[in-house]
Amino acid sequence: MDWGFFAGTAIAGLLAGLMYALVAIGFVLIYKTSGVLNFAQGAMVLFAALTFVSLHEAGLAFWLAFLITLAAMIVLGILVEAFILRPLVNQPPITLFMATLGLSYVVEGTAQLMWGTQVHALDLGIKDTPLPIPDILVSRFDLFCASVASTLVVVLTLLFRYTRLGLAFRAAAEDQYAALNTGLRLPVIWAAVWAVAGFVALVTGLLWGARTGVQFSLSLVVLKSFPVLVLGGFDSIPGAIVGGLLIGLTETLAEVYIGPYVGGGIDEWIAYAVALVFLLIRPTGLFGQRSVERA
Amino acid sequence: MARSPAQPAANAFAPFTLALAIGIALGFVPSDYLFDAVLTPFLAISLAGLGLNLLAGYAGQVSLGSAAFMAIGAFGTYNLLLRVPGLPLLAAIVIAGLLTAALGLVFGLPSLRLRGFYLAIATLAAQFVVQWALDTFNWFSGGDTSGVVEAPPLMIVSLAINTSVRRYLFCLAVVAFLTAVAIRLANSRIGREFLAVRDNETAARILGVKVLSTKLFACVVSSFYIGVAGTLWAFLYLRTIEPDGFDLDRSFEILFVIIIGGLASIRGAFLGAAFIVVLPLVLSRLGDAIFGATFDSGLVDIVEKIILGVLIIAFLRAEPEGLSALFTRVRILLPSQAFSRSS
Repeated sequence: MDWGFFAGTAIAGLLAGLMYALVAIGFVLIYKTSGVLNFAQGAMVLFAALTFVSLHEAGLAFWLAFLITLAAMIVLGILVEAFILRPLVNQPPITLFMATLGLSYVVEGTAQLMWGTQVHALDLGIKDTPLPIPDILVSRFDLFCASVASTLVVVLTLLFRYTRLGLAFRAAAEDQYAALNTGLRLPVIWAAVWAVAGFVALVTGLLWGARTGVQFSLSLVVLKSFPVLVLGGFDSIPGAIVGGLLIGLTETLAEVYIGPYVGGGIDEWIAYAVALVFLLIRPTGLFGQRSVERA
Repeated sequence: MARSPAQPAANAFAPFTLALAIGIALGFVPSDYLFDAVLTPFLAISLAGLGLNLLAGYAGQVSLGSAAFMAIGAFGTYNLLLRVPGLPLLAAIVIAGLLTAALGLVFGLPSLRLRGFYLAIATLAAQFVVQWALDTFNWFSGGDTSGVVEAPPLMIVSLAINTSVRRYLFCLAVVAFLTAVAIRLANSRIGREFLAVRDNETAARILGVKVLSTKLFACVVSSFYIGVAGTLWAFLYLRTIEPDGFDLDRSFEILFVIIIGGLASIRGAFLGAAFIVVLPLVLSRLGDAIFGATFDSGLVDIVEKIILGVLIIAFLRAEPEGLSALFTRVRILLPSQAFSRSS
């Protein structure tokens, strides 16, 4: 066995896993505070990346395009709260899930209607070249993504632990009625958490977009992150990271070492197979707290 | 989700008979376009919606893998006709349906431990595994490497199903028969057990309902219907058999059919399917009429997508029982004997 190659593959898998974890974090934020499994997170990634890249191509500076896109994501969060979450309050979780399925169609369609369907290249100024380590391929760009993802996690953890807003988020997650009783406004909290998830979607969209080009397939990253959530638990940010790393690692190693024997392409579903087995053994995931709705 | 109790079975077949009569009468309209582009796909999608509604609407187990089961049905029929010489068409469709039902049982096993969107995620596994297998192993396409194969000529005894109207009438016959069975099922003890499991598993168990076998039975029946729908879709509408048409978007489409049409309702599947099939046709006509020849057909897809998404949210908010409930309300306003209460 070629251990250098193995290490390179494993590292590439872990780094890809971090990217899955980024999408999963957006999910966890929303699920934790409002109990909604947001299928539209992928559409939000597409919307954010497409808006940013179109503004940037129109000549706006990086920071200005970033701020305008962020503002758009905040508006989206407020709209979602007003038109979907509030009217559907107290509905079963599966109804809310289906509503976000509809939302993902609206957001994807709007993004394409506004900015067109062609592929945009996105250059963040980081070269995608390997680090000078003998035998092991580690891309600089992947490392950059990893550091951004880690920073994001630290920032979110600080936000949740040390700010008033974070306290409100945690209160809403803990017990909605108690939160209402202490005078917290759940609609405001929900809109805020969707806006934060929109910010995560923007960061995810920039990193994925720089890797693959900004195009429709960005919204499909949502499908990659479900197994991550199942593995890590739907309500745990550390779980999303660990789950993402595990899924990325499994997927890459399986494709390289098992794939050739069965015709390749197994990375399309191996994560789901792993997640399914895991789901049957430990339905709360590695770090999940809330009990899974079970038979 | 719909919470209506099971309604009495009295005269459950009256609307069915009326619809079937209209369906047969439509067979005399001299328009191949109507059959090929509207009615045949409508029937296939209706049947798939009906199958999913038995599982999701009645038994409460939401699946995002319907298209995979349609694919299993279509490829099953294709391989049976290819590899078993002399097998009659109807036998092939039924055996392929049973094969789909068997696989539905396997993928339904997680439903014994999972509910809600956990199960929905589990069914995504079915979607991806099946699509991968069909894409990767060209054995399923009879060794054809392009992945797209023509449907073989279809025969019932000595009658060739080779014209638009014959294809439509064949579809109509299959769908009508299976719909009649579904109406019986929904109004039977089993149908009420489905609803009991959906609404409260613990209560259902106390009442003596065998929850586990009820869930698995829902999976099996639903998969059989969806498998047959897949055969109709591929053989009689597309007339090619290819994995591409059975992707995740198709699964969502089937789910949207029952959300828009009405959960836990037989006619909901038909109303929803009519909506889903007619919407793009109306939109592209509208686009042509308003913007003329410069109209971009890609734009239609995008606009259709947005409208569909808005409608899903609107229906979940305002009318969780879908078009079917609107239908009921209109009927209450019109004191007519032509309709009677049914599911």
